[in-house]
Amino acid sequence: MIKLHSKGNQPLSVVQHQKPFIAKVTTNCELPFGLRAKHALMMPVADCIPDGFGLVLLGHDEPCQTPVNTLRLAPELRYIKDHDVIKFYPDIAKIDVLFRKEANTNSFLVTERCNSFCLMCSQPPKDIDDHYLVDDMLAALPLIHPDTHEIGITGGETTLVGDDFIRLIQAAKNHLPNTALHILSNGRNFKNLDLAVQVSKVKHPDVMIGIPLYADYSQLHDFIVQADDAFDDTIRGILNLKRCKVPVEIRVVIHQQNYHRLSRLAEFLVRNLLFVDHVALMGLELMGFAKSNLDGLWIDPYSYKNELKEAVETLTRHHIRTSIYNTPLCLIDESIRQYSVCSISDWKNDYLDICEGCSMKNSKCGGFFSSNLRKVSDHLHVI
Amino acid sequence: MALLGKKFKLLEVFDQATNGQYQLLPSRFAALDDGRYLLSNEVGEYLVVTRPDLESFIRKQVPANTDFYHDLKSKHFLFDDDSNVALDLLALKYRTKAQRISQFTALHIFVISLRCDYTCQYCQVSRQTDDKHAFDMSEETANKALDLVFKSPSPAIKIEFQGGEPLLNFALIQYVVNEANRRNEKHQKDLQFVITTNLSLLNQEVLEFCQAHDIHLSTSLDGPENLHNTNRPRPGKNGYQLTVNGIKKAQSFLGHNKIGALMTTTEKSLPHVKSIIDTYLENNLDCIFLRPLSPYGFAIKNQQAHKYDVDRWFEFYKEGLDYVLEINRQGYQFVELYTQLIINKLLSPFSEGYVDLQSPTGAAISAIVYNYDGDVYASDEARMLAEMGNKKFRLGNVHTDDYEGIWLSDTLLDTLECSLSESIPMCNDCGFLPYCGTDPVYHYATQGDVVGHKALSGFCNKNMKIFKHIIHLLEDDPEARKILLTWVRT
Repeated sequence: MIKLHSKGNQPLSVVQHQKPFIAKVTTNCELPFGLRAKHALMMPVADCIPDGFGLVLLGHDEPCQTPVNTLRLAPELRYIKDHDVIKFYPDIAKIDVLFRKEANTNSFLVTERCNSFCLMCSQPPKDIDDHYLVDDMLAALPLIHPDTHEIGITGGETTLVGDDFIRLIQAAKNHLPNTALHILSNGRNFKNLDLAVQVSKVKHPDVMIGIPLYADYSQLHDFIVQADDAFDDTIRGILNLKRCKVPVEIRVVIHQQNYHRLSRLAEFLVRNLLFVDHVALMGLELMGFAKSNLDGLWIDPYSYKNELKEAVETLTRHHIRTSIYNTPLCLIDESIRQYSVCSISDWKNDYLDICEGCSMKNSKCGGFFSSNLRKVSDHLHVI
Repeated sequence: MALLGKKFKLLEVFDQATNGQYQLLPSRFAALDDGRYLLSNEVGEYLVVTRPDLESFIRKQVPANTDFYHDLKSKHFLFDDDSNVALDLLALKYRTKAQRISQFTALHIFVISLRCDYTCQYCQVSRQTDDKHAFDMSEETANKALDLVFKSPSPAIKIEFQGGEPLLNFALIQYVVNEANRRNEKHQKDLQFVITTNLSLLNQEVLEFCQAHDIHLSTSLDGPENLHNTNRPRPGKNGYQLTVNGIKKAQSFLGHNKIGALMTTTEKSLPHVKSIIDTYLENNLDCIFLRPLSPYGFAIKNQQAHKYDVDRWFEFYKEGLDYVLEINRQGYQFVELYTQLIINKLLSPFSEGYVDLQSPTGAAISAIVYNYDGDVYASDEARMLAEMGNKKFRLGNVHTDDYEGIWLSDTLLDTLECSLSESIPMCNDCGFLPYCGTDPVYHYATQGDVVGHKALSGFCNKNMKIFKHIIHLLEDDPEARKILLTWVRT
């Protein structure tokens, strides 16, 4: 597991920043002077520190002379590299890593507020003013390397940021026209056609909205997201987005409450929403509410092996692009393993001792969420 | 539910249905066998249910919170106060199923010549004559027909050359292909060509032309040599050899998928379904269409169509399908096309373009026929009926009528009006309606009435048997189901 935040950084000189400082990391000591104030210089080994950088990050413990704005990085952040983007809080010497060039995915949390209250939410909603998150993302976007494959926007419910939702998509298009944009939303606010129209008008060249659908009928879906009418709102939202030709991904988290309807849900998708662009069938991440509701949610993926197989077969038979996320390969029927994707973000991805010697480790098998290591299937085995 | 934390509410809290009450959405049912019924809705989703389950559904007594209730709700047979998005989705699915009607005519059949080098007993239309001009289409007629072709709103246009033997008038095929391509530079349609031919005249010139213009070939192969030559006599008795040689040449020169074959069932075919299928395998064809004999043309004059009845044909079909499934179980994908059509009607949200199984009829909407003399017919069957002297389904002539005159003719509009299953006695309450269609020309030819009495209809009898058989395979034979599901195309 990689730490993305740390307060364990030690200022070694005067810190001149009054406000949080968002900067791109460089290791180039010879960066033209005019650019230095906007950059954080990362120094993995002791060396002479040049002047003029907005921040200097020491990735070593050697003594050295220190110009202003120099920090010794907490050991867990010393992986920071060229082109990463960080946020530095001068008052508490905290650093958030907003973007890692090397990461398999980079997501921006833009709000913790939500209008649903899902049983298995890994990011439990908080009703707070967190508008700074949008500002952070808007500040970080211009600093992100233009070759980046994909960035994500996540919440909370991302559409709750109001007009900023469209601003974020527009900014992503302006600064990163070649980068795919993946947005998570429960889709409910798109029941207002106007919001879907606004998204489509941005004409982002490669946007996808990932929307969860947990059941093939309203009562069960509404119970899982703990919100009346959510099923109807979400379906209408999906229809509106597709009406505006905005790509939509359906995300199904599988757990004890819904696994028995999984193949029916696949049939429902094929009959009603065949035009969606991707379906992700996802194992449970044991974080947040999923941890506190564990007894009501946990099911050994081995027990829904057949339901998963049938669902994948139904979806792929009708040419819906389908992926299996967050499920160790050894628990997936061999005939559908080709649909499994290493989906877990690298910073929270781990394997178990039992995985030692498995030919699929670190290749075709995505392993586990770091948070899931203590509750695992009884049927894990080496392939 | 103590399994969840205190902040979370129970499932019941989110059920806004009033006392487990529900309302029925439009649906129909039909008996499948002794104990079971097919329950289908307006857009073709279905459930196979027992009699008690069916009754409890209709009496609105299905208990909420049972899988049966959720199946009925998920497949839009009922809705309750918890959700009304079912109506939006049903509307969307209905539009999807009906989309082909808005696209209108895609298949345009040009009868290039009635002349033929064969003397098939069952043939409806061919002529033996040395007088080329009497039964060949002229360039002038072809041009007028092309005027009509390009008036169709369909984004995809397929021009099929038929006969007789159309290659006897190959110069006109070349003319039509070149002229259609020239006109299409302006129209930008997805334009395809098919030549329906017995392949006797397939020479290098024809092959090169087909290759240059990406033309598909469709031929007739009735089975093994003896059967083929008996069904399809040709002076010289070498029809089979000419056909299989032609298939081979076309496969290697044009590509495997550029040639398909159709078979016609005669009384003599009935005992030989396996060897017919084997003939298809031997000739590297990966599908077969087990077709019944149509009751038109010489077939009816010669009493061919009456020599065996639907029940006997169904046994032939069933034996054939069993054999096809066995071939698939042995590891070779081979498809029976009528079954594939029905499987798709059962499992796909889209409609199928097959003319005979549509409501309203696909005649003139999906396909139209321009006869060699410029007469326009609603379907190939309508032209065959005309060749027997009954021009009931003649819609006009390319030389005297314009697009509006033909497609808005009383003949066509009356026929279409009479061909909506939803309003036809015995069809309108049949559970198989979403998968079936009406064939007004067939019913007119056999009963003298475009609607017809379905209890006496061979069309209805045949299709009911096939639907029941295929649903039985899907429900009760897991191995067959697995194979049939691989035949779904989207």
